[in-house]
Amino acid sequence: MMFSSSRLRDGLTRRRFVTGVGAGGLMAALPRSAQSAGVGAQAAGLIPAEPSALWNLSVGRTHIEIDHKALHAPCVEGTVPGPVLRWRQGETVAVNVTNTLAHEDTSIHWHGIRLPSGMDGVPGLSFTGIKPGETFTYRFRLHQSGTYWYHSHSGMQEAQGLYGAVVIDPIHPDPNACERDYVILLSEWTDVSPMDMISNLKMQDDYYVFRQRTAASFLREAREAGSAAAALKDRLAWSRMRMAATDISDVTGIIYTYLLNGHAPDGNWNGLFCPGERVRLRFINGSSMTFFDIRIPGLEMLVVQADGNDIEPVPVDEFRIGVAETYDVIVQPKEDRAYTIFAQSEDRTGFARGTLAPRASMVGPVPPMDPRPVRTMVDMGMGNMKPGESMKEMAMPAKNMSGGGMAAGDMADMPMPGMAMHHQHSAPPPLEVDDPGPPPINVENQNVAMMPVDRLGSPGDGLEQTGRRVLNYRQLRATRPGADPRPPSREIILHLTGNMERYIWGFNGRKFSESGPIRLKKGERVRFTLINDTMMEHPIHLHGLWSELENGQGAYRPYKHTLISQPGSRMSYLVTADVPGTWAYHCHLMLHMELGMFRTVIVE
Amino acid sequence: MKRFAFPGMCLAVQMLTMSAALADGGAVSGAEPPPSSPRYHAADAPSSTPFVSLGGINPVMDQERYFHGIMNELEGRYAPGGTDFRWDGEAWYGSDYNKLWLKTEGTQERGRLHDGDHELLYSRAISPYFNLQGGVRVDLDDGPTRTWGALGVQGLALYEFEVQATAYVSDRGRFAAKLEGSYDFLLTNRLILQPQAEFNLYTRSDAARQVGAGLSDVDAGLRLRYELWRKFAPYVAVTYSGFLTQAHRIVRDQGGETGTLRFTLGIRSWF
Repeated sequence: MMFSSSRLRDGLTRRRFVTGVGAGGLMAALPRSAQSAGVGAQAAGLIPAEPSALWNLSVGRTHIEIDHKALHAPCVEGTVPGPVLRWRQGETVAVNVTNTLAHEDTSIHWHGIRLPSGMDGVPGLSFTGIKPGETFTYRFRLHQSGTYWYHSHSGMQEAQGLYGAVVIDPIHPDPNACERDYVILLSEWTDVSPMDMISNLKMQDDYYVFRQRTAASFLREAREAGSAAAALKDRLAWSRMRMAATDISDVTGIIYTYLLNGHAPDGNWNGLFCPGERVRLRFINGSSMTFFDIRIPGLEMLVVQADGNDIEPVPVDEFRIGVAETYDVIVQPKEDRAYTIFAQSEDRTGFARGTLAPRASMVGPVPPMDPRPVRTMVDMGMGNMKPGESMKEMAMPAKNMSGGGMAAGDMADMPMPGMAMHHQHSAPPPLEVDDPGPPPINVENQNVAMMPVDRLGSPGDGLEQTGRRVLNYRQLRATRPGADPRPPSREIILHLTGNMERYIWGFNGRKFSESGPIRLKKGERVRFTLINDTMMEHPIHLHGLWSELENGQGAYRPYKHTLISQPGSRMSYLVTADVPGTWAYHCHLMLHMELGMFRTVIVE
Repeated sequence: MKRFAFPGMCLAVQMLTMSAALADGGAVSGAEPPPSSPRYHAADAPSSTPFVSLGGINPVMDQERYFHGIMNELEGRYAPGGTDFRWDGEAWYGSDYNKLWLKTEGTQERGRLHDGDHELLYSRAISPYFNLQGGVRVDLDDGPTRTWGALGVQGLALYEFEVQATAYVSDRGRFAAKLEGSYDFLLTNRLILQPQAEFNLYTRSDAARQVGAGLSDVDAGLRLRYELWRKFAPYVAVTYSGFLTQAHRIVRDQGGETGTLRFTLGIRSWF
């Protein structure tokens, strides 16, 4: 058992941390020695007592076993996750990263941090990586504050454990300071190598899915659908498309153990509170393939920050966190009892779990998982079409169009009732539109969203009918107006495409190796519009520049670094190309990125 | 791999889809282009000034090659008259678009190997679900050897039928065709019932290889497998192997078995 307590310089915050019994897997992996400020006697989820402008980090492989799955995990300072780095806004920080790996390059990307492109840590784009035995010094000034994270951008190291949290103290007093403050970093653990995953998925796209519709599940489906005929019709519609309504996550709990601050569910990570205290939880989804739906039964969560930027507080019972997103929530447990932080994977094949408790080693009740989501024709980009309706019936205009989207090519020059609110009414139309047109059906793309719809008001598949208050993107409202009031002078429309059967991913029906860079002029104000033609969510991350989501909040649109594009949806955000350089732009589902859903954005 | 003889109509539809996909050359298909359509331009279009990575480091790995093989049938077929042993498998190596593909099948019957069909093909992905395959087929077993050129398609047809349709031309100017198909019914997520059939057609008879003109033979099975893990599934099955039309008469005249229904045990596995 570990215990530590500290008081911040500004006296605002007091933090304590206790690990529960059974955290043995992680204990073995705690840092062997303190090598620099803040690293050392630090336990998972605990934020260092003081910020530091200098960090020395070592990357190596450590034998770690969690949930009976052993791995020589590439990681920082011998722990998974790596140490929490605490910085202060306005300071220039230096991080010396030493590669002690025997034969592989490494890198650290500072996810969501605005910095010169040479410091962004993407091998091939920002620099040439860190060779074995070498030390690279990252140095950049912090213009922002909030919760972020770091991870390797080399090979598959991130998927195996090379990631950690970053907390940046604001210069001004933090409006969301709490008596307790914990990082809650969610991730996955498996002894299956990511290369094997890719190879298996290339051979069989549902390799890891054991929740498919079967003869055995037909009776239940018939009951839910109202009749056997309706259930059969829906099944035929899906099999006709050669897709599966049960395709939620490509890689599942069959091989993954879901971690909370490096602890398996049995490890039961503990965070302490005194009844009545306000507790800030900084959720980071550091997994490579898993979305989590998070709730703390018995507690209302006040969402106060998204992707490091403060938002007007939103009280919720639950929220979905896409891969690479962060959300800060505040809870105020009043009773003298244990509360469970319950983070079920989107496909409901497992969950990460921890406990908030007034005393160490308490165990909160673990709720049952919800039913797994099932994809619908909305996810296929067919608007609200019923299964079995033919494409011809719905492709034709008039009544079907209202409220929905339409074939992409028409969008640029036609006013759309459903879309109007996302474009600023007062703004002149963008001068220039890069519209690729509907993507081709080809080897690399198996579907075209005929009627992509606005899904910003939806919390996501599987969360629409839970009876709980679940966060959606439309609720995100920044606490201060955006820094760049200019309307966009250019719109870039991109289709998210893929072929699940061949397991190829990309934009506009092309993978990375067949595409050119997206070029932006320095200072240019651009609207990115994403149309998701696939039936899966994609967390799209633009390095180096903010993505300002056009969610109907006008000047108070939220600034994000990673945005979930929901299946069958159309979504827009604004970008100011204010930092020159070559930036990565990709789906943060690691296997999708590696298999082509990746672009370079060059600001020149 | 699932197999099942599937009506040619589906294939025709597939071929049309494929040619459409090929013809558009990456531009527009599917949705109707509006009359006053704007000029389409993709911001990420292939560029004459491409991105050049630092140090030649590729940031992702979307051009890898993969190597896989599957033994769809590896089975003993039991009958009072004797037990046959049969295999049917394939392996391939290559990228998303281009693969080298090996297919092999054969039956050992009372110490004699027949129906040995081995093909080495170049496979090109041409649509979301279909590959065009061309190469060489050698009938190599205890009968006389025959050599064929092969051209066909393989893929996943509508409603998730696995199909293969291949045409052959021999060094002696004869033609042949093979149709294969299968379908996976999921009884549970691990217990899978798979009907499968393969038909061979020839333009000319070849008595030495028990081949008749027209529809010559069929090999079919109804296999119930249990996926202990994805790559390893034992199965029980009922299989039928038989000669049809002219081949039926040829084999009968030779005193051979013209068709047998057998209880079968086997293992499906892949890597």
